Amino acid sequence: MSTEKPLPVIDHDSAPYWEAAHEGRLDIPLCGDCGKHHFYPRAICPHCHSDNLKFDTVSGRGEVHTFTIARRPAGPAFADDVPYVVALIELEEGPRMMSRIQTDDPESVRIGAKVEVTFVKATDEITFPYFRMT
Amino acid sequence: MKNGRDPVIVGLADAPIEDGKFVTKASVLGHAALVAKAAVEEAGLTLDDVDGLLTAGMWGVPGPGQLATVTLGEYLNIMPTYVDGTNIGGSAFEAHVAHAAMALREGYCEVALIVYSSDQKSLRSRNLGGRPSVLSMQHETPYGMPTPVGGYAMAAQRHMHEYGTTSENLAEIAVATRKWAQLNPAATRRDPLTVDDVLSSTMISEPLHLLDCCLVTDGAGAIVMTTAERARDLKTKPVAVKGYGEAHTHWAIGEMPDLARLLPAQKAGETAMKMAGVSHSDIDVVEVYDSFTVTVLLTLEALGFCKIGEGGDFVSGQRTAPGGAFPMNTNGGGLSALHPGMYGMFLLIEASRQLRGVCGDRQVAGAETALVHGTGGTLSSGATVILQKD
Ligand SMILES: [Zn+2]
Repeated sequence: MSTEKPLPVIDHDSAPYWEAAHEGRLDIPLCGDCGKHHFYPRAICPHCHSDNLKFDTVSGRGEVHTFTIARRPAGPAFADDVPYVVALIELEEGPRMMSRIQTDDPESVRIGAKVEVTFVKATDEITFPYFRMT
Repeated sequence: MKNGRDPVIVGLADAPIEDGKFVTKASVLGHAALVAKAAVEEAGLTLDDVDGLLTAGMWGVPGPGQLATVTLGEYLNIMPTYVDGTNIGGSAFEAHVAHAAMALREGYCEVALIVYSSDQKSLRSRNLGGRPSVLSMQHETPYGMPTPVGGYAMAAQRHMHEYGTTSENLAEIAVATRKWAQLNPAATRRDPLTVDDVLSSTMISEPLHLLDCCLVTDGAGAIVMTTAERARDLKTKPVAVKGYGEAHTHWAIGEMPDLARLLPAQKAGETAMKMAGVSHSDIDVVEVYDSFTVTVLLTLEALGFCKIGEGGDFVSGQRTAPGGAFPMNTNGGGLSALHPGMYGMFLLIEASRQLRGVCGDRQVAGAETALVHGTGGTLSSGATVILQKD
């Protein structure tokens, strides 16, 4: 079994998001009709189904909506990371996104903890938006 | 009002397993065929009487499993004229019962066969973590999301935060379910279990421990449905399908609308109970999908057996155990009896057997109405069926 970590298979919906992350920005779609942001990026707005969308650079601030401390890795590729915190972050702008909490103390993570984005380069093409507690 | 085309269940079969593995030597399709044959023959029918074929599974993908009904029909050498390969995860079979019921009422088929088979334990093939990170999963898999347990853990964490639910509450479910398994000779895990055992078992994905998680086993099961009229000439006592409902909300757990509330179960349950014309107090036995202990808690709340947030109190004091006020998961469930990947088939088989009154030591006395609720994906889909002794 491969021990290389899985990388996102980028598509036309997600390319601008991953390109921005690689350049150190958190860009997510903003609807020109209902004015709401959404995540993950789609070709139509999941709130009002408009296709009048553009990518918008957001604050990168939010809070932990929920999380789990993985004591068993999600496959051998993540074995060296255990224990690690996978968290669902609710951004200030509204949408939720899955990510990692970067911390030396997984036990300190709480629902409601304030977090901000930090960018972690994985390969020459891919950079992941992780979060850390503030 | 009774109608000759009212849908009924007339045949049931499941494959014997030992230490979680098939006893019989056959392929995954071979086990599907063996249980299909046993279920139709129990009713006094043959496979040649089957004109409706419904299945879902995880075998043969990519490949022949992509067209599961076609491949299974070929193996059985039958030519069904009504098929349904709906796959919404482990709840697919509750949805199949609904779809077969509608086809039977409509006169679109006469004998519907619903089949499931998995040899995941024998093959050691349960490896959801190896799924490619395409489409919505590109935003979850690369972060090391433990699949599927991590999603259920996140829902449990949220429920604990909002309502004060505890790990002890969740452990009560595992312990009560094990007590039922101890009454079922076919169950895989029958050794005694305490709340402390659950709490001291290995932490997998906080707050879920190893013993909050279902088993990984092989398994195959089949159900045969026909009309009330046709059932009069058959060998078994029919179980009536009185109501059904289904719904789904998301695939990726990050897209779940409310992580502490199971909306598909709420919707499906309301629809099914309204159709059947029953209320909660009419239900004698409950079979709900227990992929994880928290799945049960969320399901009981969403179905309205208790208020949202009060599931922890509801399952306390071994209320769902044998002899308790709320008989649930009476075969020992996915937690202790078997869990071959998509468990919903076995909820239906156990509920039907309870209504037939053939469950021996674990028989719920006077069981006349059963509620079955399957959950699929990562709390993604839900489908409810109300069954009644005819
Ligand atoms: Zn919009």
